[in-house]
Amino acid sequence: MIGIIRYGAGNIFSLTAALDRLGIKYGMVHSEADFEQFDRYIIPGVGHAGAAMNKLQQSGMVEKIKAIQKPTLGICVGMQLLTAHSEEGDANMLDIFPIKTKRFTDSAEYKVPHTGWNQVYSEKENPLFKNIPIGSHFYFVHSYFIEFNPTYTLASTDYSIKFSASIWRDNFFAVQFHPEKSGKFGEVLLTNFSNL
Amino acid sequence: MSLAKRIIPCLDVKDGRTVKGVNFVDLRDAGDPVELAWNYSNQGADELVFLDITATHERRKTMVELVKAVARQINIPFTIGGGINEIADADALLNAGADKISINSAAVRNPALIDELAKAFGVQFVVVAVDTRRLDGKNIVHLNGGRIPTEKETFDWILEAEKRGAGEILLTSMDHDGTKGGFDNLFLKQVNEAVHIPVIASGGAGSIQDFVDVFEKANVDAALAASVFHYGEILIPDLKEVLKQHHIEIRTTH
Repeated sequence: MIGIIRYGAGNIFSLTAALDRLGIKYGMVHSEADFEQFDRYIIPGVGHAGAAMNKLQQSGMVEKIKAIQKPTLGICVGMQLLTAHSEEGDANMLDIFPIKTKRFTDSAEYKVPHTGWNQVYSEKENPLFKNIPIGSHFYFVHSYFIEFNPTYTLASTDYSIKFSASIWRDNFFAVQFHPEKSGKFGEVLLTNFSNL
Repeated sequence: MSLAKRIIPCLDVKDGRTVKGVNFVDLRDAGDPVELAWNYSNQGADELVFLDITATHERRKTMVELVKAVARQINIPFTIGGGINEIADADALLNAGADKISINSAAVRNPALIDELAKAFGVQFVVVAVDTRRLDGKNIVHLNGGRIPTEKETFDWILEAEKRGAGEILLTSMDHDGTKGGFDNLFLKQVNEAVHIPVIASGGAGSIQDFVDVFEKANVDAALAASVFHYGEILIPDLKEVLKQHHIEIRTTH
């Protein structure tokens, strides 16, 4: 069963609705004591990364999250929390991935926030992207991105530059897009995560 | 690589039911917005817009119930508009699972509402819908579905809306709406080149070629239509196939 880590950043109605549709069981993690009852975790997040990190620190769950050995999926700002630093609020993050979250430079051709359907290219073999064709579209809404890194980037997307649509290190996985809003392939990804 | 151009069916909803005639063969209940939405999503629609035209004071409750029902069933983003006048309205809809809200008359009457919503929820949540009509050679913002002209020139109002924090513009040409003679490509192009936020074209879709034209000529980010989809005159898979043949970037779902 998936534990959704609740630290006060954003509503999760669409995420839980997607899990319900897929028949994937989940519960809520509000404090360190709740971690043991789950075999995997999702770290959601929307809004301001620096503010989200502050809330996570106030929740008292930072050390527990950094020590997780079970499969864990960060989504959107929940992905950015796993990096070393975000330019949004000039904030130090969890540093599970020693890479940075940066702001897109906007232009007439590349509007910011990067909002809409863009193509995602798997860079490595990984069960998270099983049965998802290379180049499938996923739904993004973000102004900050995680830099491309050959060691940690699991899937990439191009939007003025090539960035990390997904990262992976040991038991930690994360996606910048919203699988709960990304049609059939988003649902496949959530199912894949639940089967890791 | 850039973002896929979006195809957006629009559903008018009153008291929780769709009101425009719908002519789908496989639906149990063509008036059920959730079933319709599910059908469009399965056909490959990239996003949905629900305009709630409920007039009773129960409207906020019915809108929240609708949004929850849609969010439970639909796996693509959707926008809800109609009667959103304050932060509390938007907050309730966000928490019910809406990806964006659309404001129109309320923003014209109180432009600071755009600033407040953008600050509270982020620009990506705030769509400003603008109904425009030509009047004495000028594009003028109209209210109440194009019936009431305002003092505002459409182009200036759109720039102001962007500055205040609109994340997207839904521009409906009332002169084209219902004519099925094509979108207002010239004006859409002018607006699209002037703003740095996505523009959704609305009003005038009658054929697949009209969609090709609006993407090729105006380069807008999305195109919205109602009746051509509701009456099955244009099927979304056929539309996307033709767009693809014209090398217009679209999302494929298979």
